[in-house]
Amino acid sequence: MSDAPGNGHPEGCALVTGASRGIGEAIATALAAEGWPVGVNFRSDEQGADRVVAAIEAAGGTAVAAPGDVTDPATADALFTQLEERFGPVLVLVNNAGTRADGLTVQMEDDAWQLVVDTNLSAAFRLTRRAVRTMTRQRFGRIINIASIVGPKANAGQANYAAAKAGLIGFTKTVAVEVARRGVTVNAVAPGLVDTELTEGIPSKFLEAIPARRAGTPEDVAACVRFLASDPAGYVTGTTLTVDGGLSA
Amino acid sequence: MAATVTADQVEKVVYDALAEIGPSRDQLKREATFEELDVDSLDLAEVSQVVEEEFGVTLKGDDVENLKTVGDALDLILQRATS
Repeated sequence: MSDAPGNGHPEGCALVTGASRGIGEAIATALAAEGWPVGVNFRSDEQGADRVVAAIEAAGGTAVAAPGDVTDPATADALFTQLEERFGPVLVLVNNAGTRADGLTVQMEDDAWQLVVDTNLSAAFRLTRRAVRTMTRQRFGRIINIASIVGPKANAGQANYAAAKAGLIGFTKTVAVEVARRGVTVNAVAPGLVDTELTEGIPSKFLEAIPARRAGTPEDVAACVRFLASDPAGYVTGTTLTVDGGLSA
Repeated sequence: MAATVTADQVEKVVYDALAEIGPSRDQLKREATFEELDVDSLDLAEVSQVVEEEFGVTLKGDDVENLKTVGDALDLILQRATS
């Protein structure tokens, strides 16, 4: 458990948004393996979240399904309150929930822009704002924002996604600076092409451009999050860890 | 509740919160400025949280920005807690 000998952090739990499948599932599983009780957030895929919770518990970990649409401003407080009552303070927050609504800018509807910015950027702000209140007073916290190599790098057809993810990286850096002396770190992980439902339908020609000659796996991303959430990573803050098989190198 | 809050209670809560952040107890007096105590905006945000929990008084960023001394903070909190 989180207060096991050798862990320098206070007792608490982790929250992973959008954790009913894909990268979020792998992150929740990895953090549970580190001993964190994990809140497995989901919006609509309750079955998926229950499956993730059951798998974590079967492996000897602790987890609970945590429903909530992160684009709803009331969700942050509801999620944190649920987890605080059950496990104590949320000391690891992984802003993973994300969505796509691709299209060329010239044809993009306002709705597609707003949905992607709300889900991928504004939700992370609201959850982070709620999280740092507790983390700063606990003198420990780990916030990890799942960004993307799209943002720092162009990708035609994803202006909304790129803007949100680049914004998330900028947000990460500034919050990191604000809370650094309280033992709270804020970092981003920027995956390249990862094999999940979200990336279904991406042409295979992209694989040829990846130096590693394969798509990433959710576990590749989760390994980075696991490190950034760990006690030894306490001096790493405000940075973006790219995990893309060399694509953006 | 609000009407029973006293200046002494506010002082105790604020001094306890500040002492946990950094300044030593003997530095904490009404005339002390936050600048000389090395208490910055993040520290004051933390004190504001404690005050909110104890007295139900919400201090926003703008409120806190104008506070120069410990006394300014104590007066503002007492005024909000009893009004």
